Amino acid sequence: MAGRGRVRPPAVWSIPVGIYHPGSSVLHRLPVGAKLVALLVTTSMLVLLRSGAVVLAGALIVVAGYALARIPPRLALAQAWPLRWFVLILIPTQAWLAGWQTAAVVVGTMLITVLLAGLVTLTTRTADLLAWTDRALGRLPGGAMISLILVLAIRAIAVLSVLLQQAHEARMARGMQWSARALVTPVVIRSIGYAHGLGEALMARGLDDDAPDPPAAGRGRRVRRG
Amino acid sequence: MFKARDAALIAMFAALTAVLGLPGALSPFGASVPITLQSLGPMLAGAILGWKRATASAIVFLLLVAIGLPLLAGGRGGLGVFVGPSAGYLFGWIAGTAVIGALVQARLPRFTWWWTAVSILIGGIGVVYLLGVPVLAMVTKTDGLMATAAAAAVYLPGDLVKVVIATTVAVGVHRAYPDLLPGLRARVSQPGSLPPA
Repeated sequence: MAGRGRVRPPAVWSIPVGIYHPGSSVLHRLPVGAKLVALLVTTSMLVLLRSGAVVLAGALIVVAGYALARIPPRLALAQAWPLRWFVLILIPTQAWLAGWQTAAVVVGTMLITVLLAGLVTLTTRTADLLAWTDRALGRLPGGAMISLILVLAIRAIAVLSVLLQQAHEARMARGMQWSARALVTPVVIRSIGYAHGLGEALMARGLDDDAPDPPAAGRGRRVRRG
Repeated sequence: MFKARDAALIAMFAALTAVLGLPGALSPFGASVPITLQSLGPMLAGAILGWKRATASAIVFLLLVAIGLPLLAGGRGGLGVFVGPSAGYLFGWIAGTAVIGALVQARLPRFTWWWTAVSILIGGIGVVYLLGVPVLAMVTKTDGLMATAAAAAVYLPGDLVKVVIATTVAVGVHRAYPDLLPGLRARVSQPGSLPPA
């Protein structure tokens, strides 16, 4: 397969970092669960009631929250930026079809719910959210496995971005820089090879030991191809 | 529930959806217009892993987004995307990838490129839009028809291209690893069960 060679640090594809904005405000220090419950309650109220007064109250909460957490305005704007086309299209159409008040309520509700959820993400470390998810999932049957997969996936993003970079360079070398298939097929095949190796490593650490072993297809003939 | 090998595959396909959302994978207009292959991720997962593992990988990917990793196309992430106008499409990925997997598995041990394409078309576009469009209409308070038209105009051409890509990639992957779907292996070596790549 093409694309072999020395592993270069990915240039186009980089490993993501969280959206968290460090700080020491009350919002930063609140327990994760409390923030998520507050977000759920506020968002449900906004969506269910959808009135001018509720939108006004929500806007005040958003402004107060972002000020309290000392989020720079640039970051606050970045939370709402993906909605810019919706806002630009919705304000005139809603105002024309249903009046200015409806337009303000619809666009306001949308902006406030997204900004509030963004505020929780900005003030909560990804590691803390991961730990909270881990605890929450631990109570569900099979939840511990999902927790493990979450951590494996975070690591796999770094591995895959290198594979993707290599496959990208390979398709450039083959003069196929427009072909998505020449990029994705090698990446998927090699990532499955990587997953098989990872699965074997997990099995060697006894992951499958507690579960009774069904006569699974593939056991014993897990021969690496390629 | 899942064996070690399944866990590793689920993690890899969740990560695959993440890296396919990074700009650069498909850039006919250079880096300034961020067209990404992200929705290819759930399509591939369904057609390659089967409905159970594909559903898990879509859930894991969305959990990674929810805990604040900016993995959605355009560097979006966090809880905001789950209450925004496009939230329905995200949940549609879970249902869509499950439908693709179930449809592909329904005809096993027969595995043909055309049925794979039909499955990806139904699950990857039909089911995803079925959840995405009503949520878009609800959040923006637009009537259903307008939202449908807007959604179709913006996303449909790219998604149709992705169905074609996902089909060829899935067929190629099943040729390389014929034991990924239980039941497929018995037939895969027979002539005519897979088209020449």
